[in-house]
Amino acid sequence: MATQPKPVDVGSDYKEKYGFFVPEDYVFKAKRGLNPDIVKEISFMKGEPEWMTKFRLRSLEIFRKKPMPTWGADLSVIDFENIFYYLKASDKQSKSWEELPADIKATYDRLGVPEAERKFLAGVSAQYESEVVYHSLQKELSAKGVIFLDTDSALREHPDLFKEYFGTVIPPADNKFSALNSAVWSGGSFIYVPKGVRVDIPLQAYFRINAENMGQFERTLIICDEGSFVHYIEGCTAPIYTTDSLHSAVVEIIVKKNARCRYTTIQNWSTNVFNLVTKRAMAYADATMEWVDGNLGSQITMKYPSVYLMEPGAKGDVLSIAFAGKGQHQDAGGKMIHVAPNTTSTITSKSISKAGGRTSYRGHIKVYPGANNSKSFVKCDALLLDENSRSDTYPYNDVDADNVTLGHEATVSKVSDEQLFYLMSRGITRSEAETMIVNGFIEPFTKELPLEYAVELNRLIQLEMEGSVG
Amino acid sequence: MADFEIRDLRASVEGKEILKGVTLAINKGEVHAVMGPNGSGKSTLSYALMGHPGYTIDGGQVLFKGQDILSLEPDQRARLGIFLAFQYPVVVPGISMTNFLRTAINAKRGYDGKDKSKQISPKEFRSLLKGELEVLHMDDSFLPRYINDGFSGGEKKRAEILQMAMLKPEIAILDETDSGLDIDSIKFVAAAVNRMRGPELGALIITHYTRILEFIKPDFVHVLVDGRFVLSGGPEVADRLEKTGYSEWMEADEPAVLAKEEVS
Repeated sequence: MATQPKPVDVGSDYKEKYGFFVPEDYVFKAKRGLNPDIVKEISFMKGEPEWMTKFRLRSLEIFRKKPMPTWGADLSVIDFENIFYYLKASDKQSKSWEELPADIKATYDRLGVPEAERKFLAGVSAQYESEVVYHSLQKELSAKGVIFLDTDSALREHPDLFKEYFGTVIPPADNKFSALNSAVWSGGSFIYVPKGVRVDIPLQAYFRINAENMGQFERTLIICDEGSFVHYIEGCTAPIYTTDSLHSAVVEIIVKKNARCRYTTIQNWSTNVFNLVTKRAMAYADATMEWVDGNLGSQITMKYPSVYLMEPGAKGDVLSIAFAGKGQHQDAGGKMIHVAPNTTSTITSKSISKAGGRTSYRGHIKVYPGANNSKSFVKCDALLLDENSRSDTYPYNDVDADNVTLGHEATVSKVSDEQLFYLMSRGITRSEAETMIVNGFIEPFTKELPLEYAVELNRLIQLEMEGSVG
Repeated sequence: MADFEIRDLRASVEGKEILKGVTLAINKGEVHAVMGPNGSGKSTLSYALMGHPGYTIDGGQVLFKGQDILSLEPDQRARLGIFLAFQYPVVVPGISMTNFLRTAINAKRGYDGKDKSKQISPKEFRSLLKGELEVLHMDDSFLPRYINDGFSGGEKKRAEILQMAMLKPEIAILDETDSGLDIDSIKFVAAAVNRMRGPELGALIITHYTRILEFIKPDFVHVLVDGRFVLSGGPEVADRLEKTGYSEWMEADEPAVLAKEEVS
């Protein structure tokens, strides 16, 4: 055991000021496995209202009844009884820097991740010291009436607002993993943007990152009131190391009339993780919801951000990339549910498979009766870097309305010898030329990212291509 | 020994023998033209010299700077100072021309992503690029565009010439750079090559037509037919081809007059 990271001196008004939850002195012994007692204990630990405890218990029942999904990646190896469902931050710091796998350390080095930050990402430190930035940001936001808290704090501080929306977009019974999350959720972000307010800078989970927040079962809820705008960014390109093998988040978003929300994810879990995430937004009249979703790392990812287009003029976009290396399966895509007429959606999916990795595009376009004059366009491009890698496309379309325009385009390509030869004929090495081609392939995605993320992502692709990432 | 020597080079594509023993010596300061009808092996020669993986070397040597470059990868050949201007420049989506040029310059300087001291500084790169664009009378509008993506034929060839000017090779191979170009573009290419011409550059201009040779006067002209040189000489060889075409070496069905190609 290495020395404990030095706690940040935050003062007694910490909770009020920053919205972090500092657990009371309470002896909680983390146990593996899942049963009603553990769920009750989690809820009690957090001091939750009774409705939430009941919600969790009901969700647990649903989780137990639902069969394991078999239509996607192979999940049969997950052992639900061998997982810690709730850990206090102090329990999470049981690892030491020395125990980290060498490849993770090497990646931090090569990405140039600062010392304090990498300890946090590696789970060695519970807190990343960014309070100063967070503090000034919070002042600016609260002046506009924007709420940006971790989800646990939001439940305590804004119980009515919270209860009005929580679980309305993704009910526990939606799928087995949303039920699991609903039973044991902890951390995540809560954002409320009032009517007509535009948040100019992207809100990043990063600013108020702590161990709770980056948990396995985080729960995020974003409400964009009428005419508002927010861009939320979660994750980072540096690999997040965890010995916990299951990450199952739920993200719910409500985008009201004329509002716009963009949700950007860059995830790079260590390759032992099952990443099974449910993300869904409801978009109302003339509202726009954009999912920008980058999936690197993990052993298996199953993630299909979706938008329910509830009222006329609503618009949904999914732009996603997935990179699958050796032993990885990225099963990703998107869902667009057209409920109202004159709604539009696009899904653009780009995947890269290398060294035997497997990517799947799985998408669903549903147009309900009456959702006439709706338009949807799906484009999925797969790039295979060698003969052993694999890519599949599973598009599902159900159209029950009139005058609907539905487009689907899919390509599978290999890194072409001609492109490689051309770049190499200018003195560029084979590995650098391959990296350029891959970065060029995902450029439609990269250009949507804030610059620092784009640069990091390109750098990370370079490391992946060199085979120096775990 | 010449600066760049091709000795009895034999090469095939998909089992078909194309080059049947090509020998050619190029010194820096010289401009050589290789002319030949369709299917004579002109493009095979340029690809084989640059190391295209689709071409199998069946024999011979290509000696440059004291080594046989045939065993080297294309990037190693390029870093030694060999440049190929492509007949059909390849599209690479998502990478800007600027990024491409910078990466190529850095590769030439031996920067492999690690030793940052070898990297060209942004300022130095900008001034190099600006200088070459000025000399070539090119505007910079295509620099943010993706590599050759949506370029017109003329733009592609200009971009090839810009790359050549930036990379300053010692041996430049121009593979039918004039094909499909209008007269202004041909003049542009010729002016650029003439400007680079000098004691530091040996050039091999591969062409079907004599027209570009009106603007770049070669020191030597070689006629390639069916994978072999059938005639080598001075500029007068081009004049002779201008009049008679390749008919004396060809079966009867090849058109005799070659200089009157359609202008695109």
